[in-house]
Amino acid sequence: MPENALPKLELKTALAAASGNAAPLIEIKKLSLFYGQAQALKNISLSIRERVVTAFIGPSGCGKSTLLRCLNRMNDLIDGVRIEGSVRIGQHDIYAPDVDVIELRKRVGMVFQKSNPFPKSIYDNVAYGLRIQGVKNKSDLDAAVEQSLRGAALWDEVKDRLHTSALGLSGGQQQRLCIARAIAVKPEIVLMDEPASALDPIATARVEDLILELKRDFTIVIVTHNMQQATRISDDTAFFYMGELIEAGPTQKIFTNPRQKRTEDYVTGRFG
Amino acid sequence: MNPIPPTGMIIPTEPGRHFRAGKFDFWSFFFSGLTGLATLLILAILAVLLGNIIINGWPNLSWHFVSTIPRKDFFDPATTGVLPMIIGTTIRVFVMTIFVLPIGVITAIYLTEYAPTDSMLTRIIRAAVNNLAGVPSIVFGLFGLGFFINFIGRNLDEFLQNPGPVWGQPAVLWASLTLAVMTLPVVIVATEESLKAIPLGLREASLALGATKLETICKVVLPQALPGIMTGGILAVSRAAGEVAPILFTGVAYYMASLPSKLSDQFMDLGYHVFVLSTQSPDIERTRPILYATVLVLLLLTFALNFVAILIRARVRKKLRALG
Amino acid sequence: MPPNQGNRTHGWMGIHRGHRARPLEWIAERGIFLVALSTILMIFLIFVFVGREAMPILFGQENSALIKPVIPPEEMDRLKPEELQAYLGLSDKAFRQMERETLRELMIVKQEAQEEIPEQLRNDPDAHLNTTEWSAMLLPRQWSGYDEPVYIWQPIGSIHKYNIVPLIIGSLKVTLVGLLVAVPLAVGAAIYVSQLARPRVREVVKPVIEMLSGIPSVVIGFFALLVMASVLQSVFGYQTRLNAFVAGIALSFAVIPLVFSIAEDALTSVPRSYTQAALALGASRWQTAWQIVLPTALPGVFAAVVLGFGRAIGETMIVLMVCSASVVSWSIFDSARTITTTIAAEMAEAVAGGHHYRILFMLGAILFAVTFISNLIGDVVIHRLKHRLEGKR
Repeated sequence: MPENALPKLELKTALAAASGNAAPLIEIKKLSLFYGQAQALKNISLSIRERVVTAFIGPSGCGKSTLLRCLNRMNDLIDGVRIEGSVRIGQHDIYAPDVDVIELRKRVGMVFQKSNPFPKSIYDNVAYGLRIQGVKNKSDLDAAVEQSLRGAALWDEVKDRLHTSALGLSGGQQQRLCIARAIAVKPEIVLMDEPASALDPIATARVEDLILELKRDFTIVIVTHNMQQATRISDDTAFFYMGELIEAGPTQKIFTNPRQKRTEDYVTGRFG
Repeated sequence: MNPIPPTGMIIPTEPGRHFRAGKFDFWSFFFSGLTGLATLLILAILAVLLGNIIINGWPNLSWHFVSTIPRKDFFDPATTGVLPMIIGTTIRVFVMTIFVLPIGVITAIYLTEYAPTDSMLTRIIRAAVNNLAGVPSIVFGLFGLGFFINFIGRNLDEFLQNPGPVWGQPAVLWASLTLAVMTLPVVIVATEESLKAIPLGLREASLALGATKLETICKVVLPQALPGIMTGGILAVSRAAGEVAPILFTGVAYYMASLPSKLSDQFMDLGYHVFVLSTQSPDIERTRPILYATVLVLLLLTFALNFVAILIRARVRKKLRALG
Repeated sequence: MPPNQGNRTHGWMGIHRGHRARPLEWIAERGIFLVALSTILMIFLIFVFVGREAMPILFGQENSALIKPVIPPEEMDRLKPEELQAYLGLSDKAFRQMERETLRELMIVKQEAQEEIPEQLRNDPDAHLNTTEWSAMLLPRQWSGYDEPVYIWQPIGSIHKYNIVPLIIGSLKVTLVGLLVAVPLAVGAAIYVSQLARPRVREVVKPVIEMLSGIPSVVIGFFALLVMASVLQSVFGYQTRLNAFVAGIALSFAVIPLVFSIAEDALTSVPRSYTQAALALGASRWQTAWQIVLPTALPGVFAAVVLGFGRAIGETMIVLMVCSASVVSWSIFDSARTITTTIAAEMAEAVAGGHHYRILFMLGAILFAVTFISNLIGDVVIHRLKHRLEGKR
């Protein structure tokens, strides 16, 4: 289909037009990813603006999570993954040979689909990243833990039991704890991989509110399979299908007036 | 005996009859019974073995017996004791643990956390671990003699310019090291099992927070794997505590007047003592009571450890299944 | 680029520290790798150091003949140094340290020792035979005083007889009895526990059978010697109280838990979907087990038997306590001396570096090779089975 072969320039201008004055923080150029022989991402170029929420949507297996994990190089952990093209964050190619992955991940935090608190206390969970960075001072840690938990809208619920196990929290609380843990290390970008997919509607609403709050301080990239969620929380949306980027632009435009037939079919629920 | 009808055959059904228990299936009954019987027989063997030892051993077990250092003639039921044997076995097992636990745990960490899955090297290491588990214990004894005593020990003596053999002869250190090599697979397998039970999500969470791989392993993975590592250690200890063949030429003594005080000393051993009492006794009827008591002490030692290990392992496995 | 971008992106400079930025981490990871490699090293070392002591026998460099050609001390200078060293049987170091006079003394001692051998033995052809030759170790020989060629292992007296055939037969005999008892019981129990038993029964029975593997082999040997031997003799009424039959049955106690857990593991690894399909077609539990599960898991059961063989042939203490006389007889009601018991019983008397010592190491090397191969076969079979079952799922 000819529409697919949309020139990259056009995509970029589309995003740039939507973004107004802010320059892109993340620039993905001609990114391809292979698992052994299979190609999971095909020549993807995309820009992501600073301090907005960008949603990746698409049917399952379309590569949206894989692309997300490229942004903090979590795919490095998987055997046999090969990556071509470049990802630039703040003008720095994060796949350059001299890049320290550890340093990168401190700046690009991640929240996973399944909440994964450490089997430690709530306090230790949030303080983990800071302790890794060598923060030892108790009052510094206390302050950071409180600030992060407040930031994740969890402080009031857990302030009296900071030293009890995190596994005793409800699913929604656990996920917010994971968000608190991620923002405690003060990253600039927070990647979220379907953070609300395992939660009930009320817990989901709280997480969504939280994401809108966090937008003020962080650049957020979120993978979601829930179209309503994408419209509620995201400013920009990128639609993926079969490892290809089909269309990207301001959320409102993608959902109301997409350029591509396939995007329209997906967002209106005709397939997916 | 193939009552499953071939496909295509239509079975006439009579309403009401079909769900009643069908006719008595002789073969099904026969083979179920046979395999059940095999199971029962194994359980019976275990019961008779343990029952016999407990019944005959318990009355002869006394505080005096476990706390006495015997004189040269330890076949005399009135004066004998097994204190030096208990101490000797404990020492050799303890020294072994110091060596085997770190090496085994680190190897397991490499295999689960670092090794590329299905690379040639990983497969060779795994094959080596499995094979090491199947090497006969007497071969470990020969290895200990040939490598630790005749190679390392003798060269050490020469290097230290000892006047006579100090390290180039059987010693508790060499016996312990031989056992450490033997129990290495036990520790590796148990540790690996518990490392695999830890969800990948925890490792990813830690890495995504900017922790290095090593930090992730030390601060998240290992604390979680501790029960499994302990199980491995206990299993290794209980396996080693009862083994006699590997220490025959590497350190055990028939009789020693004093307790071992240095790593280069020889030692008396519970398992070997059982062997000596049952094969070298001048009057087996007279030594029978102390023999039973010694066996009971050995069994209590190994079984208590084994039991704990099995309990912990069952819990770890349940957790693993719940996660998988 | 808008002005506010400047300080935001400034922090990103930090990511360019290179992946060698953490030397300690790098060293630790190398260390972990090296320790893991040491496991391979162990197998290799066992191979090398058991083999090293057996080497002279394997390559026919050892000469155990009682009467050897004597070189008179006067001819000392005609010999090359390495010939002299080999003649006196000295190590490199000892040879280098010795002075000429000492070497000469040794030659004289050697000559005198040979001269002291009584005339009677001198005429005995056995005294000239190198009993560590392969032909002497494997073929029967009519030793002086015997009426017919025989297989004998007799490493004492003036002429050491090193025929290993009795030991091999002994090992096979005991192992065979052990497997014949253990395999049906263990495999039957594995089928019952994995396929037929109720879950609650399974949860109790399985750990209890595995507990059997925690019993030290000296304890099984003790039990066989003190209790089983007499009971079995009164039941079967054979002549020799301690024989291969008793040893084999005792051995099966040690083999059962191993065969059981491997076979049980293989049987449980058959995917549920197989059994449920069969059950849904109206097959009984037993039919499912016999017609679906057992054929699928058969390689695993085979592997269990192979590994059981390796365990049985390598078991030492049980057999050492129950029977030990070396006779050549395939009858299981005769005594038997196995490879393992020979090593265990005789190593203490063997002089380090002597031919007896070396031949015991050679037996160990043979044993190691046999178990190594059987482990390898069992391992590969299990690996393939698991691979196939998981691939199909």
